[in-house]
Amino acid sequence: MKALIKYVNKIKPHFEEGGKFEKFRSTFEAFETFLFVPDKVTTTGSHIRDNIDMKRTMILVVVALVPALLFGMWNIGYQHFLALGQQVPLWPAFWFGFLKMLPIIVVSYVTGLAIEFFFAQVRGHEVNEGFLVTGILIPMIVPVDIPLWMLSLAVAFAVIIGKEVFGGTGMNILNPALTARAFLFFSYPAWMSGDQVWVAGLKHGLHAVDGFSGATPLAEAAAGKIDQLPSAWHMFMGTIPGSIGETSTLAILLGAFILIYTGVASWKTMLSAFAGGLVMGLILNLFAVNAYMQVPAWEHLVMGGFAFGMVFMATDPVTSAQTERGKWIYGFLVGFLAILIRVLNPAYPEGVMLAILLMNVFAPLIDHYVVEAHIKRRLKRAKVSVQ
Amino acid sequence: MDSEREPLFSSKNLKLLTDPLSDNNPITVQVLGICSALAITVKLKPAIVMALSVMAVLAVSNVVISALRKSIPPRIRIIVQLVVIATMVILVDQFLKAFAYDISKQLSVFVGLIITNCILMGRLEAFAMANKPWPSFLDGIGNASGYGLILIIVAFFRELLGSGTLMGFPVLEKTGLYHMGYENNGLMILPPMALITIGIIIWIQRSKNRSLIEE
Repeated sequence: MKALIKYVNKIKPHFEEGGKFEKFRSTFEAFETFLFVPDKVTTTGSHIRDNIDMKRTMILVVVALVPALLFGMWNIGYQHFLALGQQVPLWPAFWFGFLKMLPIIVVSYVTGLAIEFFFAQVRGHEVNEGFLVTGILIPMIVPVDIPLWMLSLAVAFAVIIGKEVFGGTGMNILNPALTARAFLFFSYPAWMSGDQVWVAGLKHGLHAVDGFSGATPLAEAAAGKIDQLPSAWHMFMGTIPGSIGETSTLAILLGAFILIYTGVASWKTMLSAFAGGLVMGLILNLFAVNAYMQVPAWEHLVMGGFAFGMVFMATDPVTSAQTERGKWIYGFLVGFLAILIRVLNPAYPEGVMLAILLMNVFAPLIDHYVVEAHIKRRLKRAKVSVQ
Repeated sequence: MDSEREPLFSSKNLKLLTDPLSDNNPITVQVLGICSALAITVKLKPAIVMALSVMAVLAVSNVVISALRKSIPPRIRIIVQLVVIATMVILVDQFLKAFAYDISKQLSVFVGLIITNCILMGRLEAFAMANKPWPSFLDGIGNASGYGLILIIVAFFRELLGSGTLMGFPVLEKTGLYHMGYENNGLMILPPMALITIGIIIWIQRSKNRSLIEE
C-alpha cells in the first residue's frame, strides 16, 4: 500500500496542469480516487465533508449484489447440468457458471468504462463512478447465452444514449442498466425471450433430457400452465431458469438488507414497491378470469425479476423520486404497474423492466407535485397577513 | 428592361438552395415535419419517394402562392395556402397510385398527410408570401431537399441495420456477416429508433456548428 501511494504521488505532477500528460488528468484522477480516499478538503465555507464519496457508495451496492451474483453463477451451472439430467456437486456447477459469467462481466465493464473514460477526456471532467454498478447490473439481468457483441452494443447504447447525452452520471432520466436491457429486448427478441435462452447451451443445440423445459415460471404462467409452476419455495430460493442474477429472491433480500442497513438505498421505495405488486396481485385475484390471474398475489413477488428490479433498479438514487413522500408513490406505482404489465400484456412476459423505465420518466413529475403540495400546506399554515 | 435584374443563380438565390441543407435544415434545426420522418423511414425506397413528393408539392405550391401573393386577402391566406397544397398533394397521390402503386401503398396515409406537414405551411407563410416566384421556387426545392436529405440518411441506417438491405437489395447477406453470428436489429424498425437517429444527427451537426446550439 505504502509503495503504491508513493508511486501514485510520484507520477501525479505529470498529470496536473502543465504536466506531460495533462490531457489524461481525468483518467489519472479516476484511478487515484478509486485506490485511495482523496484528501481534498473544501477551502471556503463550512461544509461538512463525509469521507463516503460516490465511489464508496457505489462499491456498497456492488457488495450488496454479490450474494445474487454468486447464486446466479451457481444456478447457471445447476440449470445446465439439470438439462443434461446430471446432478453435480456445488463447486463444478459454480465453476461452470463462473466461466460463463466472466466474459459477460468483462465485456460489460470494458465497453462501458471505455466510453465513460472517452467522454470524461473529451469533456474534461472527472470519470464518473456510475458505471461501477451499471457494469455489474447489466450482466445480471441478461440471459446467460447472450452473444457478447449484442451485449457490448447494448452497453454502448445505454451509456451513450441513456446517460452521456443527458450529461453523464446523475443527469440521466432512465436507469442505464434497464436501458441496456430494453435495447436488447426490442432489438434481439430471439435472444431475450422464449424458453431456449435461459439455460446455458440450449440455444446452441444442447439436447436436454425428456421432460426438461427451459421456460421460466413467468412463461409457463403466461401460457396458462399454472399447475406446472415450480413450488414457491423453489422460486424463493432461485433454482429456476431466468436472467442470471434475478432468480433467487433470498439472495436479493440479503442484498436488500445490506443496502438498507448502510442506508444506500431507500427502504421506502422497496417496501412500497412490494406493496404495490401485492395490491395489483390481489386485484387480479379478485377478478381471476384466466389461469394467470389466479396465481396467488404473494407468489408474484418471488417470480421473475420482480424482487431484483424493486431492490436494485427501482431504488436507483438518480432515476427514482427524490422526495420522501414521492418515494412512496413512485415505488408503489412501479410494483403496481410491473404486475399489471406482466399479467395482462401477453407481448411482454415480464413487466418489471418496462414499469421501472416508465416510472423513471414520471419520477420528476411526482417530485414536482410533492414539493408543490408541501409548499401549499406550509403556506396555509403560515397565517401571514398581507398588507 | 431594367439592367439591375439579378442573375438566376445569384449568390443570394443559391443560398436559398443550400442553407436548408445544413444550417437551416427544416428537420434538424427548425424541428419541423418530424412525424413523417419517423413514420416512413423504415425503408429507403419509400423515404426517397416521400422526399420527391414533398419536393414537388412544396416547389409548385411555393410558386403558385408567390404568384398570387398580391391578390390573396390576408385574412383568408391560410385557407388559400391549404387549398393549393391540398390540390398538389392529391395530384401527387394520384400520380403515385398510377405509376408506383406498391410504394404508394407503403406510404399509405402519409402522402395525404403532407398537407399537414409543418414545413409546407411554414415555407408558404414565411417565404412565398413575401418573395417573387423564382426565389420561392428555389426556396421550395432547397427546403424539400433538406427534409429529404435527413429522411434518406435516417432511412439508410434504419434499413441497413434493421433489415440488412438497401433499396431492397440484401447487402449484409452478401457480405456474409450473418454467418459470423450477426443479426438484424429489431429496434431499428420501431419508431423510437428514428427519433434517436435524428437526435444523433442533431447532436453531430451541433457539435460541428456550435452557433446552432440554443441557450
